[in-house]
Amino acid sequence: MNSHILEMKSITKEFPGVKALDEVSFAVTKGEIHCLVGENGAGKSTLMKVLSGVYPYGEYTGEIHFNGIEQRFSGISDSKKAGIAIIYQELALVPEMSVYENIFLGHEIQKRGIVDWNETIKQSVEMLKKVRLEINPATKVMELGVGKQQLIEIAKALSKDVKLLILDEPTSALNEDDCENLFDLLRELKQHGVTSILISHKLKEVIGIADTVTVLRDGRTICTLDARNGQVSEGILIKHMVGREINNVYPPRPRSKHGEVIFEVRNLNAYNPKIGRTILKDINFNVKKGEVVGFAGLMGSGRTELALSLFGNPAGFEISGEVIVEGKKRDFKNPRHAINSGLAYVTEDRKGNGLILIQDVKQNITLANMKRISKRGIVNENNEVKQAIEYRKALDIRTPTIEQKVLNLSGGNQQKVSLAKWLFVSPEIFILDEPTRGIDVGAKFEIYTIMNQLVAEGKSIIMISSELPEILGMSDRIYIVSSGRITGELSIEEATQEKIMHMATN
Amino acid sequence: MSFIRNVQKILKQNVREYGMYIALLAIIVFFTTMTNGIFISSRNISNLLNQTGYIAVLAVGMTLVIVIRHIDLSVGFLAGFLGAMAAIAMVQWHLPVVVVIPLVMSMGVVAGLITAFPVAQLGIPSFVASLAGWLIYRGALLLVTLKTGTIIIPNDAYNAIGNGYIPDITNLNILPGMHKLTLLLGIISVVLNIFNEIKNRQNKLAYNFEVLTVDMFILKLFFTSTVILGITWVLAGYNGLSWTVVIMLAVVAVYHYITTKTVLGRYIYAIGGNPEAAELSGIDVKKLTFVVFGSMGMLSALSGILFSSRLQSATTIAGQLFEMDAIAAAYVGGVSAAGGVGKVTGSLIGALVMTSLTSGMNLMGIDISSQYIVRGLVLLIAVIFDVSTRRRGK
Repeated sequence: MNSHILEMKSITKEFPGVKALDEVSFAVTKGEIHCLVGENGAGKSTLMKVLSGVYPYGEYTGEIHFNGIEQRFSGISDSKKAGIAIIYQELALVPEMSVYENIFLGHEIQKRGIVDWNETIKQSVEMLKKVRLEINPATKVMELGVGKQQLIEIAKALSKDVKLLILDEPTSALNEDDCENLFDLLRELKQHGVTSILISHKLKEVIGIADTVTVLRDGRTICTLDARNGQVSEGILIKHMVGREINNVYPPRPRSKHGEVIFEVRNLNAYNPKIGRTILKDINFNVKKGEVVGFAGLMGSGRTELALSLFGNPAGFEISGEVIVEGKKRDFKNPRHAINSGLAYVTEDRKGNGLILIQDVKQNITLANMKRISKRGIVNENNEVKQAIEYRKALDIRTPTIEQKVLNLSGGNQQKVSLAKWLFVSPEIFILDEPTRGIDVGAKFEIYTIMNQLVAEGKSIIMISSELPEILGMSDRIYIVSSGRITGELSIEEATQEKIMHMATN
Repeated sequence: MSFIRNVQKILKQNVREYGMYIALLAIIVFFTTMTNGIFISSRNISNLLNQTGYIAVLAVGMTLVIVIRHIDLSVGFLAGFLGAMAAIAMVQWHLPVVVVIPLVMSMGVVAGLITAFPVAQLGIPSFVASLAGWLIYRGALLLVTLKTGTIIIPNDAYNAIGNGYIPDITNLNILPGMHKLTLLLGIISVVLNIFNEIKNRQNKLAYNFEVLTVDMFILKLFFTSTVILGITWVLAGYNGLSWTVVIMLAVVAVYHYITTKTVLGRYIYAIGGNPEAAELSGIDVKKLTFVVFGSMGMLSALSGILFSSRLQSATTIAGQLFEMDAIAAAYVGGVSAAGGVGKVTGSLIGALVMTSLTSGMNLMGIDISSQYIVRGLVLLIAVIFDVSTRRRGK
């Protein structure tokens, strides 16, 4: 009866302050393709990290049964030994090495420390045949496209005699042909007894390939559905994914008429030469004075790339298209140009590229507009202190003094410092990228209140978010981004979580 | 009782900041005891400071380079090469000193900008770019001294930079045998320091910032004043302040001001703290990389001038290992290899620690081989101390 290859029972995993997984149960039948779906932050990745031993036994509670035995992995190598292989979105191949070196990396065919390269190449050819890849195994991985690299990852997993293959968002970087190819391969592997777990945002794909679908939401298992008989539709999945109640945590704002268009983007295209991929395609949108425009999209949809492209393009994408600010065409060569034209960008990753953690609150607040507190290049420290104290008070940044290092503040207060830093520049257009990620409900409410004040003063806000309630609670108008394109525009009146999710998973 | 407890508390809280000073003091006390006081004699201290000069100016420039997460290995032979160029400009081209010095300093700036180019524009690691410079300037130094070998510099004005002392007030009949102007300058700097500290403290009090308690504050003032007066007293007993020390202090003062009081300084530390955030805040990271390497090149030229004038000649191996001494001084002085942290005053102390070790061990007659090992261990201990106190988050 028990044909489950994997059973995870009552898995709970807590991070400081957050329950990422709450009594999650998840069972996978031998030889099936099981899809795991859910919004960003629903707990999919955390669950897979528990399974693969990234979070070792003891850091979570619950039981994992694999192949009928209870497993207590203390690291990734344990789960690998048991026959579980995970393939992440960011491929873990060494680009400078050849295909055969990569396939056997970490489990080389050897005799007393000496690698048998002939045998390695011979076996690599077999593995490549299994994934239907006709290439010379001596080719360097860097010369191959993303689709082929993924197949090599799978070949690598097969070479380790994998029993359970986990693919995290495998298709986000692939074109349609590569996708089809990959799915055909998964079906073929299924015939040979390999079980797969597929994490994906693209619901059409999911319905096309899944035998079973499990939906996670807010760290809980919502349901597990049999997808073989065409009973599962996108609509049903979306309903389960977003079916949460929206609590009224959004401060009310009079949604009055908005002014003229202050910011407009026409036919924006961007190409990232570092990964050799088009990241934005035919982006057209506008923002009116006093408006909050929401950009909804899942992770990896190109939202952050869009913000970077607009804000002086520090990442060095190849960009074409027009940016019009207050009726004038602008061509920002660097972030300073964008700032001078009235833009501000509160980044998604405040610790990574937003704040200078080792500097204090006041230095972070003043950094983007030193002109305001200096004369002929000399900083007026008294003035700086005065200004910083004012902003600290206005935004209620909770810190012992403004000389505290930002490192020591809580996430919510760090986010307020980020906001203060850009308020200090007095811009007209704010780009807020995930403005409330990782902060508690109270701080969220305060950030929303600040946003309301800003639009009341006639400023405009572009709010990028993957949290649908936030998009619906704060926006006046919503653009939906998916795979580097704008796939829809909704007014707040017509927008629902289901509609947005439908466009975002297209 | 509570006074001593207070002292302990302050020392514990600021162990990172005061650690170097305490270490330097300990080194001085140790060598003074081991050499029956010769170490602290006026003549030795004067020599020691003069020997620190050409490393200290490099360490100051290196501080900024390391703060923005780079390194410059080319500075040693660049200093040697530019010292030789100064000698050639005077001996072969017959240019006057007032032209030679700005000329050589400009050449230094250009050399620094050339090192910066592959780093800032092409994204080449500075370690590699400056290693290439190290080879090139070494070759250039050998090339320009190929025909002549060591170039003797016969110019008294130039040689005074590395060997001369500031003039004394001659028509005063007090304190015979002491250098009066040096003492006077020492007293003036003590007064300025006290005045400045009090002003700072009042400013901080006005904003309710944390300040030292009154007794601790007075203790700190007493301590710094004693140190300044002590050093000037010792120096006044020999020939007074040398021009090298004056130049070294001037460089430290200017760079201290730039790093702590100007927008430029802020930007440099912002880049070191988080280059992406700095870029997104509108800071031109590339431009400032050029500025920092340009300043490094200029200070390399100054170092070359100080060294060649001290030797009164340009030799074929001048500048060898200066870069390593400067980098070591910066690390000993608390500059963080991770970037964004480090003071130029710290690097000065670091340089003093390293030359004190050399000088003290020379006086004790310790073999050169052991000297290198000891200095290596001190560098290691200093960095371990720095990292471990940083981890505690204070």
